Amino acid sequence: MARMKFLCDADRCIECNACVTACKNEHEVPWGINRRRVVTINDGTPGERSVSMACMHCTDAPCAAVCPTSCFYTTADAVVLHSKDLCIGCGYCFYACPFGAPQYPRVGNFGSRGKMDKCTYCAGGPEDDNTAAEYEKYGSNRLAEGKLPLCAEMCSTKSLLAGDGDIIAQIYKERVTKRGYGSGAWGWQTAYRETIAT
Amino acid sequence: MPSLLKRIRWIFGAVALLALVAMAVPAAAQQQPSLINPTASSVKEDQLLRELNRIQGRGTLPDLKSQVIEQPQGRSWRQFHEVTLRWICAIAIVGMLALLIIFYVVRGTVRIIAGRSGRTILRFNFLERAAHWMTAVSFIILGLSGLNVTFGKTLLLPLVGPEAFANFSLAAKYAHNYLSFPFTLGVLLMLILWIKDNIPERIDVEWIKQGGGMVGDRHPPARRFNAGQKMVFWVVVLGGFAMAITGYVLMFPFYGGLSIGVMQWAQILHGVIGVLFVAAILAHIYIGTLGMEGAFEAMGSGEVDLNWAKEHHRLWVEEELGRREAGSAPRPRLRPAE
Repeated sequence: MARMKFLCDADRCIECNACVTACKNEHEVPWGINRRRVVTINDGTPGERSVSMACMHCTDAPCAAVCPTSCFYTTADAVVLHSKDLCIGCGYCFYACPFGAPQYPRVGNFGSRGKMDKCTYCAGGPEDDNTAAEYEKYGSNRLAEGKLPLCAEMCSTKSLLAGDGDIIAQIYKERVTKRGYGSGAWGWQTAYRETIAT
Repeated sequence: MPSLLKRIRWIFGAVALLALVAMAVPAAAQQQPSLINPTASSVKEDQLLRELNRIQGRGTLPDLKSQVIEQPQGRSWRQFHEVTLRWICAIAIVGMLALLIIFYVVRGTVRIIAGRSGRTILRFNFLERAAHWMTAVSFIILGLSGLNVTFGKTLLLPLVGPEAFANFSLAAKYAHNYLSFPFTLGVLLMLILWIKDNIPERIDVEWIKQGGGMVGDRHPPARRFNAGQKMVFWVVVLGGFAMAITGYVLMFPFYGGLSIGVMQWAQILHGVIGVLFVAAILAHIYIGTLGMEGAFEAMGSGEVDLNWAKEHHRLWVEEELGRREAGSAPRPRLRPAE
């Protein structure tokens, strides 16, 4: 089994936000929820860099550790998923998540924030693969169809890479060697406790 | 002649253009060096993390917290929530229970030395008792549902299974949210009702020196509230307000631009103060029920036995009886002998 990871090559990201749009469309994500987002660092100054960020599917995920109902689980592909049936919307995963990935339908609303929603690595949820019930709660399950996450698949500059960690790390390494620079594998040290030596 | 003039003008113009181009070429070459380094001033992830321990930028979403793309301090919060808080909680609550059991075994119930007199005196009126019990009932449910958030998954989840536990936790979360209102109101009410009797004074020092009469049979004098009760009062008032403030921050997350760091700290304080609060109230519950004969009636019927009152709150009883006689109020009610 592969160890699935995301890698955003910030030197290639052109902040087109197509990954965000593709994600929203593919999973019919409701208003106010953004499983993926693009943030620009040092915007407007020379050397600004944009990074597309979503759940990084951490090794030893902090969200799973702090969840009071233990609603998270890690798949054989090392994708971190959760059960919306068990989630109580307490918001603890958001405090623990280093990447701000968990989203709630009713932010800051008194009483309940609703069931948490986050990037599923296009791998659905605990329901049977590609059923209506799974789609309604978690969106489509591309991984079960043998496809990679849509955000990375349709990235116009191939900045966002998804797939087996070793393979995408190799691709990134080759890029950096060839062009002579790289701003780093954003989030890797925090999510996977490893970085790509270039 | 006009054609010559035209030709001269044309030659002059061509020379001028040539000169302009010749001058412009080196200037353009200066602006665009042949070697381009696109990372000359670019940000690097590891450098940002090292310097700021947080990476933030500009996003297109109205949700401002989406602009923080990395906050590794979530890890510290996780460590607190999963390890530190559990230890504090276990030590405070299990430790307090152990202390109370040891105390009960050694000291037993504190009896009324003179025995019951049969005559009673009103200690807490209906409003005072209502405020107490509104706070108490809310507190017990708040405490249990709060402990469930930290310990439920280790203690309760394996017993009842994930679905039942999730349903219970959801209900507990709602209870925790909504009961915060009667709890806060109760604390506020008790503050107003009892603050005048809870100002620390000199006799409190004496009371503490004598160990409150908990050890041995001597009872140091006290007014309406002794030093121990005053401590409970201030623990409840200060702890209650600390819990309310941090709790409402957690209930209305990120309101008014609160950052994730503030939310994490609110949770840390809420957890630690809550656990210590529960431990303190366990002692309060013990001494109000099992630990002392005649104490529960104060909050039960509101009428305490006169001998109990004389032993524990001598100065208060003297004051109260004196006032009643002066105001020709009815004497303490007699209970028929049965």
